[in-house]
Amino acid sequence: MIRQPQPKQEILARRTALLAELAPMLPPDGLITEELRLRPYETDGLSAYRQPPLAVALPETTEQVAAILRFCHRNAIRVVPRGAGTSLSGGALPMADALVIGLMRMNRILSIDYADRLAVVQAGVTNIGITNAVAAQGFFYAPDPSSQLACMIGGNVNMNSGGAHCLKYGVTANNLLGLKIVTIEGDILEIGGAHLDAAGYDWLGLLTGSEGQLAIVTEVTVRILRSPEGARAMLAAFKANAVAGACVDAIIASGIIPVALEFMDRPAIHACEAFAHAGYPLDAEAMLIIEVEGSVAEQDALLDRIRAICERFDPISLKVSNSVAESQAIWKGRKGAFGAVGRISPDYLCMDGTIPTSRLPEVLERIGAMSARYGLQVANIFHAGDGNLHPLIMFDANDPASFHKAETFGADILKLCVEVGGCLTGEHGVGVEKRDLMGVQFSETDLDQQRRIKSAFDSRWLLNPAKVFPLGPLADAGEAAVAA
Amino acid sequence: MMPILAPTSEAALAEAVAQAARDATPLTILGAGSKAAMLRPVAAEQRLSTAMLDGIVLHAPAELVLAARAGTRLCRIEEALAASGQHLIAEPPALGSLLARATGMAPNDAMDDEATLGGTVAANLSGPRRVAWGAMRDHVIGVRAVNGTGEVIRSGGRVLKNVTGLDLCKLLAGSHGTLAVMTEITLKVLPAPEASATLILPGLDPDAAVAALSAALGSPFGVSGAAWLPDLAGDAGEGPAALVRIEDFAASVAYRSEKLAAQLGVPGTRIVVDAPSRALWRGVRDAEALAVREGEAIWRVSVRPSAGPAAYRAIVAAGGHGFLDWGGGLIWVAGPASLALHAAVEQAARQAGGVWMVLAAPDALRRQVAVIPPEAPALARLSARVKAAFDPEAILNPGRMRDERAEAA
Ligand SMILES: Cc1cc2nc3c(=O)[nH]c(=O)nc-3n(C[C@H](O)[C@H](O)[C@H](O)COP(=O)(O)OP(=O)(O)OC[C@H]3O[C@@H](n4cnc5c(N)ncnc54)[C@H](O)[C@@H]3O)c2cc1C
Repeated sequence: MIRQPQPKQEILARRTALLAELAPMLPPDGLITEELRLRPYETDGLSAYRQPPLAVALPETTEQVAAILRFCHRNAIRVVPRGAGTSLSGGALPMADALVIGLMRMNRILSIDYADRLAVVQAGVTNIGITNAVAAQGFFYAPDPSSQLACMIGGNVNMNSGGAHCLKYGVTANNLLGLKIVTIEGDILEIGGAHLDAAGYDWLGLLTGSEGQLAIVTEVTVRILRSPEGARAMLAAFKANAVAGACVDAIIASGIIPVALEFMDRPAIHACEAFAHAGYPLDAEAMLIIEVEGSVAEQDALLDRIRAICERFDPISLKVSNSVAESQAIWKGRKGAFGAVGRISPDYLCMDGTIPTSRLPEVLERIGAMSARYGLQVANIFHAGDGNLHPLIMFDANDPASFHKAETFGADILKLCVEVGGCLTGEHGVGVEKRDLMGVQFSETDLDQQRRIKSAFDSRWLLNPAKVFPLGPLADAGEAAVAA
Repeated sequence: MMPILAPTSEAALAEAVAQAARDATPLTILGAGSKAAMLRPVAAEQRLSTAMLDGIVLHAPAELVLAARAGTRLCRIEEALAASGQHLIAEPPALGSLLARATGMAPNDAMDDEATLGGTVAANLSGPRRVAWGAMRDHVIGVRAVNGTGEVIRSGGRVLKNVTGLDLCKLLAGSHGTLAVMTEITLKVLPAPEASATLILPGLDPDAAVAALSAALGSPFGVSGAAWLPDLAGDAGEGPAALVRIEDFAASVAYRSEKLAAQLGVPGTRIVVDAPSRALWRGVRDAEALAVREGEAIWRVSVRPSAGPAAYRAIVAAGGHGFLDWGGGLIWVAGPASLALHAAVEQAARQAGGVWMVLAAPDALRRQVAVIPPEAPALARLSARVKAAFDPEAILNPGRMRDERAEAA
């Protein structure tokens, strides 16, 4: 279990008075204080950890966010920003003495400009909401996390989320133009805008992926792109992980960057097939889903090239889609992967390390050995083009020993990712989940540099405390951690 | 002039910075010094160069990554990438001779080969492909750097997807050596496209051109360059032309360029492929069309593309000349190094809600003006604190981006 700091007793003691002062800063129903109504906010996508907050504020304007933050700053109240709460790393996990600021009521699309290819949206607009708003004109917002029906752009910005198509289109950071943010001191700042690139420091780049540590995002200017003429998928199955890995290398070496290049290992194939009946080959050790874009003739040409490359690797089966329906069938199993694993085991941890792609076979072998040692099953899904590995560790939440083993197993996998030259998290963020592993990847000097930047924005460490940075010796997130 | 410090290892560079911090000696940070004319003159006599930190330390073509020491010349990196059919995604310009001309030096081709990786990333310089494929900073996936107290810090790594901790890679890219001295940089790279085609759309004024460029960039054909030149160089009498680039496999390029040309329907459209197409974009990348005269100043203005034509006209009316890239959103400007023209550039950028940057100007001018837009007071306070978080003694490139004393006053 991950240790959380003690709540500040003086805040808990003054709760009633503080909330009474806060309420007038919000719309009439904008402050949630009753125990029962706080429940939905006590956890996020890392549901093993739960803690009801002090209260939940649901502002509707940037000015309200500014007023609340100014108040919290003055009173040294901790703040946990929250979008849809789908974080898989516990990024939105509350603390007992913290005010959750939920952005879900700031859910308006403010403007869309097709000539300049951008949209200005509030932080609580869902990821799919942006694409839905521009789809009729043939446009889309590129980063497409699997949680896109629920997760919000403010959360995406703070996690720098990726998606199945980020090999070609990049992650959130590569698809932003501007932000409106509020600092913990209550200052409203415009970062970037409708133009490309800052002339001064790249605040946009620093804020993206900052996990609610630096500011609250209230508005986002995103780039929108014209959809390709079409897309089509193919499936290739191989006798060994190493063979599939070599095939991925060969595809990239040929100069083709498919729009998606997904890898599944044997347990993942079996779990998905049992769930989705997508026709996945059950005798394969590894399977690739490869998607290309363009006109039908362009798709044919690319798929022919890729098929020829795959054939050099003695595939067990090759299936090139001939229609949108067939492509959907190929994707169906992969897209349902989390649900599929959930059917085998109601509880699983979704890990998220990145490795140099050349190390895949070795890493999968070592994860297999760990799986045997811990006695826990694991299925691996891998964004093969960019090295982002998602091992799904299955455990039994009713058994504390099983959960503990799953967490330790997960930590071992992430350490392995760092050991082979990768990193702790490719897209889910550090949150609380990987906070205590940061020392595996970074030196104290590296971390102190990051802490000093955190302090520059938030000198009292009130914003999303006890996340990202390992706690100080007293489990006190705050300036002490910097001074020490 | 004091000799240039050019440490031969990261450790030695860190020690040199630590010593300077102890002595409170300000440092001018440079690679080859090819961008000395950019922004403001640095108020530091002691120069510290990364030029001796040379060499590619990792190139894994199948993993799409390359890491090199900061002093490695960009042209060497481009050669190494080309040898395995890859390229730098952001297509950074080679501005050595352009900047030299503006500062009154006799330009030569060798100057274009001087730029180092560190300097290019520190300036976040990107070329035409930026409009579709991201800026230099988008492809910096790892850095090693020495902060202003002489500590070696790292951020990112050597994998394409990494959200572990705060992203200092992007913050350091574009910080012009004022936060830390980068010693090693890891980039995402991509296969170089097999073919390149350019649609030349003749006779368009800036408004018509930007409308066509927006239509092209909003098409499904993967346009990777969209520029407008007031006078298509080398083709006497041709006059203005918009250029639209498509890069991909040859068959795709042929199909898409034909189809896009038909959709845009600009009379007289020509399509050139491969060598001439590449030459055109090299010219756009390196701002050859700017035709800088000796002693002129150079600006880059970034605005929303649809605001580009009006901003361009306002600048031309004030005596500047230039061209448009990034679909109309990037205005390259050259003209008399006068306060009046600078004021017009600033005004045009502000009016369009965009930003400006002085790329080269005589010292007298760049000391007097805001070479980049001043930040709002609350943001400026954050800037100062972040600067202090890296460089508490303020020894790294003082005065490079702003006149800190004037702005503090
Ligand atoms: C089934 C499932 C599939 C997923 N698939 C993917 C995937 O494919 N790729 C991927 O990258 N992620 C994925 N995720 C993880 C998650 O959806 C993303 O991290 C997402 O961006 C979180 O958005 P959210 O709105 O739910 O944010 P939350 O979970 O509410 O918050 C995320 C973090 O951002 C902070 N935050 C939120 N909003 C703001 C704001 N406005 N200002 C400041 N800080 C803020 C929070 O404090 C927290 O630290 C998946 C999650 C699930 C449950």
